[in-house]
Amino acid sequence: MAIADARTGSGDPPKVSLLYNPALRSYVYQIVTIVVIAWVIWYAWHNASQNLARANMTAGFGFLNSRAGFDVAQSLIAYSSDSTYFRALQVGLINTLVVSAAGIVTATIVGLLVGIGRLSQNWLIARLCTVYVEIFRNIPPLLVIFFWYLGVLALLPSIRTIFQHLEENPDAVFFISNRGIYMPAPVFGEGFGYVLAAFAIGIVAAIAFAIWANARQRATGKRPPVLMVSLGLIVLMPLVVFLFAGMPLSFDYAIPGSFNMRGGMSIGPEFLALFLALSLYTASFIAEIVRAGIRGVAKGQTEASYALGLRPGQTTRLVVLPQALRIIIPPLTSQYLNLIKNSSLAVAVGYADLVAVGGTILNQAGKAIEIIAIWMLVYVSISLVTSLFMNWFNAKMALVER
Amino acid sequence: MSDISYVRERFIPAESPPISDASAYGWIRRNLFASWSDSVLTIVAILAILYYLPPAIDWLFLSAVWTGTDRTACLTVDQGGALPTGWSGACWAYVGDRFVQFMFGSYPRDQLWRPLLVAAVFVALLVPFLIPKVPRKGLNALLLLIGLPVFAYFLLLGGRFGLRHVETSLWGGLMVTLILSFVGIVISLPAGILLALGRRSQMPILKTACIVFIELIRGVPLITVLFMASVLLPLFLEPGNNIDKFLRALIGVSIFASAYMAEVIRGGLQAIPKGQYEAADALGLNYFHKMAFIVLPQAIKLVIPGIVNTFIGMFKDTSLVTIISMYDLLGIVKASFGDSGWITPVTPLTGLIFAGFVFWLFCFGMSRYSAFVERRLDTGHKR
Repeated sequence: MAIADARTGSGDPPKVSLLYNPALRSYVYQIVTIVVIAWVIWYAWHNASQNLARANMTAGFGFLNSRAGFDVAQSLIAYSSDSTYFRALQVGLINTLVVSAAGIVTATIVGLLVGIGRLSQNWLIARLCTVYVEIFRNIPPLLVIFFWYLGVLALLPSIRTIFQHLEENPDAVFFISNRGIYMPAPVFGEGFGYVLAAFAIGIVAAIAFAIWANARQRATGKRPPVLMVSLGLIVLMPLVVFLFAGMPLSFDYAIPGSFNMRGGMSIGPEFLALFLALSLYTASFIAEIVRAGIRGVAKGQTEASYALGLRPGQTTRLVVLPQALRIIIPPLTSQYLNLIKNSSLAVAVGYADLVAVGGTILNQAGKAIEIIAIWMLVYVSISLVTSLFMNWFNAKMALVER
Repeated sequence: MSDISYVRERFIPAESPPISDASAYGWIRRNLFASWSDSVLTIVAILAILYYLPPAIDWLFLSAVWTGTDRTACLTVDQGGALPTGWSGACWAYVGDRFVQFMFGSYPRDQLWRPLLVAAVFVALLVPFLIPKVPRKGLNALLLLIGLPVFAYFLLLGGRFGLRHVETSLWGGLMVTLILSFVGIVISLPAGILLALGRRSQMPILKTACIVFIELIRGVPLITVLFMASVLLPLFLEPGNNIDKFLRALIGVSIFASAYMAEVIRGGLQAIPKGQYEAADALGLNYFHKMAFIVLPQAIKLVIPGIVNTFIGMFKDTSLVTIISMYDLLGIVKASFGDSGWITPVTPLTGLIFAGFVFWLFCFGMSRYSAFVERRLDTGHKR
């Protein structure tokens, strides 16, 4: 029928009702979308302004310059209760970045070890790694944080015990208490800059030497001793400079104060609980990613590299891992992002990260919309920067095909 | 034949396999002490197990206190109890005493049959849904995903049909954890499908709106979304509204889960070959028929493991409502640490181990089931 109709009609395309015109439909759908979104925004805005007017509050970011009036336990930059809200948020952001960076490094190392361990020929090691992974990835990270904070770190010796201990052993410099870990803080004297300079030069020189060594290996087939030379350049050279500069380094020891230890360097239990929980939780996911990545490399690759005479260590380092990395990097990126986002659980134990500081300001100044906007802006930016970096790394590692 | 003297007439009995291959010794040799470094690792691992495992078992079971009615049962002599000085062990008496609270919060004790009935219906609907052989999956899904929430809403909240009204502020414990995650699942599946389709649509404005929503929610921690729901929602609604706190948490969790679900389903949509779309077009199906009958069934089947992983993540994430002071399982366990009837040095550790074990049981069960489904659905299209 349809064919007959089409033939008997003139050359014009068959007439379609406007109702069924895809282009028109698409316009209608999108206009409806815009109208709905605009209405929701207007509705929220209208209500928010009315609600704020009722509560005698104003909106705007002007409050950032007023006095914060609360203390923050751990801060890497100068901060007191007289500082501004803006400064407090900076402290929070830095603390978020510190715990995330520490967590990412530890989680990657532990995850890599456990992931390789699960594939080990050693039955016992493989079982232990499996138990670790299955326990930690099936428990909420918040619970693990509480576990460390309330269950383990709170049971450590009290400050009073430490004071007693110090009276008996006046030479002790390193303490673990339920208020955190105390250790001597390094104080850099004059001339320490030379040591740092030597260290920097050592790293640059070691990289240059490695490049030269690669070129030489390609040309002659002999590999210069890269590891020993780099160690000498990076460790030994700064050490020699340090000795010649007259050892410009002293230590500030933690000493008993009236209620707490004074001086020195301390790591609070809040940070420790958060750091341990985030690392161990994320490590269990990274281990699974690493395992999947290594298993994703075809067995023939390993066999071929043995056939070429490479040793097992070299096979892993030069053949298997570079190929496994391609599979590992994309999911690893999302685990890093998860860790950064999970660091916001700091608020549960009172570690002053961005969310905890923001929450205090939110309660104190009542600036809910502004604070949540700042949170979103900061976290989305961190996520974007991390994704961009990992995408660049991924592109560098990706298989170059014809 | 027998005059050929050098041909054997009987078979020699078969040699037993080399000892390094078949015996327990061989197994140990291969799996524990294959090389020098392997032996070191094994010995270190065995020493570590011997060092840590017996004290752990002792703490958890042998030295644990199983019965008692208040904190004195779990205190040492110098703390005011009866246990010897230096004792430390799990205080299961505390978990036993608070068990009903951990499960149902402050739900009126004479009304407990209501959550129990909901739980029974939930299990009765879920078990046949999970067993592949049981027929009528469509009806089952409909009852589980739509019928059950409606039923549970009326039964748990009450106030109608002669049932007493029970405020949501009295709800708590595992019940809240399960309700939050189940509602999150029920809402996030359709919402995630719509968002994923929107993100892949040809219409630029719709597409942008979906991308912005998904990336914004996925870019921030759940805790900020929960703060948003609990602080901003009342601000953005009609002045004088008094939106229920539980509902706010539900909205927060659902929004968050939808964004993640959308990305999982988008992965499935992208994995469907273009030919399937084109074939559906060639058959003259319109967009909705094409999606509902051709593309989505295949796409969702592909990403079932991802969906279950999202469920597991959501189940764990519901514990974050503790931070906006709601009493889910973790929240109520933590709140009970301050309960003067049971303050002891070992209470927090015992409570957290119990809560951790419950969470672990659910998550591990889900991940095992997901692995089972994955094997079953693996129709062999892989290379």
